[in-house]
Amino acid sequence: MHWSTMWNHIRRSPYQALAAILIMMLTFLAVSVFTILVAGSNGVISYFESKPQVTAFFKDEATQDQITTLENSLKASGSVSSMKFVSKNDALKIYREQNKNDPLLLELVTADVLPASLEISATNITDLSSISTYLQKDQSVQEVVYQKDVVAALTTWTNAVKIIGVLLIALLSIVSIFIMSIIVGLKISHKKDEIEIMQLIGATKWYISNPFVLEGIFYGVVGAFFGWFVSSAVLLATTPLLETFLKGIPVLPAPWWFYVGMLLGELVLAVILGIFSSLLAVMRYIK
Amino acid sequence: MIHLSNVSKVFGTGVAGLASINLDIDKGEFVFLVGKTGSGKTTLLKLLIREMLPTEGTITIGEWDIVSLPEKHIPLLRKKVGVVFQDLKLLMDRTIGENILLPLQVAGRDVQDAANRVDELLQEVGMIEHKEKFPVQLSGGELQRIAIARALALSPEILLADEPTGNLDEATAFDIVDLLSRINEHGTTIIMATHNMDIVKKLKQRVIGLESGKLIGDTKKSSKSQETSSKNEKEADQKGEKEDKKENKEDKNNSSESEKKEKK
Repeated sequence: MHWSTMWNHIRRSPYQALAAILIMMLTFLAVSVFTILVAGSNGVISYFESKPQVTAFFKDEATQDQITTLENSLKASGSVSSMKFVSKNDALKIYREQNKNDPLLLELVTADVLPASLEISATNITDLSSISTYLQKDQSVQEVVYQKDVVAALTTWTNAVKIIGVLLIALLSIVSIFIMSIIVGLKISHKKDEIEIMQLIGATKWYISNPFVLEGIFYGVVGAFFGWFVSSAVLLATTPLLETFLKGIPVLPAPWWFYVGMLLGELVLAVILGIFSSLLAVMRYIK
Repeated sequence: MIHLSNVSKVFGTGVAGLASINLDIDKGEFVFLVGKTGSGKTTLLKLLIREMLPTEGTITIGEWDIVSLPEKHIPLLRKKVGVVFQDLKLLMDRTIGENILLPLQVAGRDVQDAANRVDELLQEVGMIEHKEKFPVQLSGGELQRIAIARALALSPEILLADEPTGNLDEATAFDIVDLLSRINEHGTTIIMATHNMDIVKKLKQRVIGLESGKLIGDTKKSSKSQETSSKNEKEADQKGEKEDKKENKEDKNNSSESEKKEKK
């Protein structure tokens, strides 16, 4: 009964319904885009976090005991997720692998020239600076190199995207709520006589309001689905191009559960927005 | 069944709609509310379905105290009291069948039961052939019948009809009143507001008169008082006859005694 009444409301004013669906679609398109951006950025950061972020090069005179002591103290600090010792011979192997196409460079370099090193990954990216400082103070360490700029920039950008995304989504959600409540309110005003008659023959407030609330949910759900569909289609279509751009950072293609999860999350948000906006109109116009 | 005690209604403009109305209407009665336009007929009917609240006084319908009835119970009251509105209040974009179906849907009746009830009501008011038509396709009298059918949909104990013959020709108006009389014969209490005195005279039912919001007459009360006064007169007559007889006897005795004295 309520569904058929809701459907009649939509059928009899298709342009208002279209406007409501479009504004919801715009909101959920923004939600989808920022969800993809934030998820992608987090993927990139995780990738960099999983790579050795700090490399400590040892002095030639550094003893194995000094290196072991340093390793143990780093493990004990809890801020290191993994460590790998690269000996002079290992360093030579890596060097040869990297320059295998240039025999001249291979001839000039021996294991004695290359320093032994310790490659360290931090548990948390914010610990990089303190790990680096700690290593620099150690007497066995000649030089410390870490990807401070790359990771710091990525973190800053991701945080900025998150903040802008949350603000934009909040703003679009508020606009959607107001536009939806205006559209539902217009429909209620248009049906003022019918509502009065229904009240006079014994209809309860909720009997009259339910089709309007369902209408709000319908606009939200349909708008969310189309917003999700467009953003997902664009992401799938541009995945090959983005994979080339990201040069081996394994965030794409996005797994199927990412798309399903995003759709489910958006549908829940759509139902909440739909109920809230239509209730706003119902409480204002139906006494 | 319906009891109004000292009911007054003053509108926001300061105009008095009703002033100190005291009224009792029994179950199964057919009551005409008569009076000029603005006399308070519609106001009285609106108070009975809590479309408005009185400024003072109490209204009870059966066990329901209408004035203090909680907001959430108003729909229940309106399902128990059918109303034929002055302006009919039919939904123009719905068919006749759908209009009558509306109160049944509102009451949550089963779809098939509701459809059967619609047919039954349309048969009762003689409009079954118009079921699929829209209100705009029917005449005034036909629309009145539809409005009555909708008001009867939930088998109310009370039916309020506000000027149901207002814009109808005489013959159609009498048809409508005949229909209401038949409904009343089945036990439904009917309160009909009208200013058509021909109908009122023909039906010889209880008449309540209103003027400027005041109760100016009630045939039930006056017939009661007439009954009481004629009974009193009879008693007085009987008493008078007895006293006359006694007086006559005494007179006779007195005259015979004086005759005797004169003879002596």
